[in-house]
Amino acid sequence: MGAGHSHPLHVHGHSVVHRLAPHVKVLATVGYALALATVPDRAWWAFLLLALLVTTAVVAAGLPVRFVATRALVVVPFVAFGALVPFVSSGHDAAWGPLSWSTAGAWAGSAIAWRSLLGVTASIVLAGTTELPRLLAGLERLHVPPALVAIASFMLRYLEIVAQELARMRAAMTARGHDPRWAWQLRPLATASGALFVRTYERGERVHLAMQARGWSGAMPPLREDQPDVGTPLAVAWAATAALVAIAARVMPS
Amino acid sequence: MIGSGHDHELDATAAIDVRGLTFTHPDGTTALDGVDLRVEPGQQVALLGPNGAGKTTLALHLNGLHRPQSGTVTIGGHAVLNHLAEVRRRVGLVFQDPDDQLFLGTVRDDVAFGPANLGLRGADLDERVAEALAAVGMGDVAARAPHHLSGGERRRVAIATVLAMEPDVLVLDEPTAGLDPASVHELAEVLDDLEVTRLVVTHDLPFAARTCTRAVVMDHGRVVADGGIAEVLGDRDLLVAHRLTPPHGWVMPPIG
Repeated sequence: MGAGHSHPLHVHGHSVVHRLAPHVKVLATVGYALALATVPDRAWWAFLLLALLVTTAVVAAGLPVRFVATRALVVVPFVAFGALVPFVSSGHDAAWGPLSWSTAGAWAGSAIAWRSLLGVTASIVLAGTTELPRLLAGLERLHVPPALVAIASFMLRYLEIVAQELARMRAAMTARGHDPRWAWQLRPLATASGALFVRTYERGERVHLAMQARGWSGAMPPLREDQPDVGTPLAVAWAATAALVAIAARVMPS
Repeated sequence: MIGSGHDHELDATAAIDVRGLTFTHPDGTTALDGVDLRVEPGQQVALLGPNGAGKTTLALHLNGLHRPQSGTVTIGGHAVLNHLAEVRRRVGLVFQDPDDQLFLGTVRDDVAFGPANLGLRGADLDERVAEALAAVGMGDVAARAPHHLSGGERRRVAIATVLAMEPDVLVLDEPTAGLDPASVHELAEVLDDLEVTRLVVTHDLPFAARTCTRAVVMDHGRVVADGGIAEVLGDRDLLVAHRLTPPHGWVMPPIG
């Protein structure tokens, strides 16, 4: 049904990063994110090292730069906010022409930008190299509650179907002369999203029935053999480097 | 008929044995109003009826997804209520919308889901999946995502997801809904090759004539006719009376 079948978040491949056990990848990403979060605002060199580290991961995974860049665009609001911080924080102690700003604010703002950009890039590497069923299996292996894992997997499986349903409802409205050009003409669409919610809820009930019909008892059975873990030492080294950078940044006077 | 304490030793061989089954939805509408239906092993039965006749509700009872409010449902001698897991293995229920049935990322995982719930692992599981996909002629799509398949392909994969559990009874709910004529034809050929008891819930009369030897007509939650496919589908007055008016120009073809 319909075109546009490329997966929005996943790039097929066979790199070391692709073949890493999913739970190792999740842990490495979480470790990296923790390191990123604990680097002091002014340790710009630590952010540079962490950027280098995540770039290594992108290259090792063979992810196209365009793929990463377009998905990383979600951080734009955070970066923009980071750019505003020096001007809105109190205690302006630096000036250039008519502009004045706070140095402390500038450090804080740049740290916000670094953290959001690098954190998002790391999660793009995780999502881009791990098929969702494997990612969810990894979460399960990390003892994330099965119900949460199941909810996540259903959301991803049915996103496309719900989007198609919404597209059909919009088409049906357009066919009857609805042509919204301004935000205040969107009321019918808002009403439609209520109907969409009901339909989606009913869909959920039917999927649940269909799963029970095939003997589902509340826990996802293992569907495939665990693949041999490849590259775990590399991932551990990668995350450990991130941790070392963060520790060094804390210890060293900046 | 109504007492649920009955033993069914006499009917231990019936593939499906439904007695005095009633079901009222929470909103008060009666879906099943005393259904009696017995299907012998190996029979191919069309369950016909207009929209709202209670066909799907009955199908959901066969798998224990609805509990009998009164009456009994027995599958291969096992009362549904007491042998839920066994009954769900024996009765393969194919839902009307394949998107309800195919909920995982790949065809292979969807087909593996049922047998994995039965405890199969590793090579046994892979073998079962390969057999089921081969049985519906879909062996080459195992790695694809279900939503990338055509309607007919999805239907066949949905059938494979229950065949993988090696059911004794295959229950198909409106299997031709949304399929183009070529896909309907291919589906009939797939069913030809499956040697299981079959209950086809439909109001597609030509498809019923093509794939079944017996027809049961339901209306208002009751069985109103039951007989050979030619006998039932040849009775135009009966069909019209139950909103099953045959397609323009269609008459039951001679059996043979």
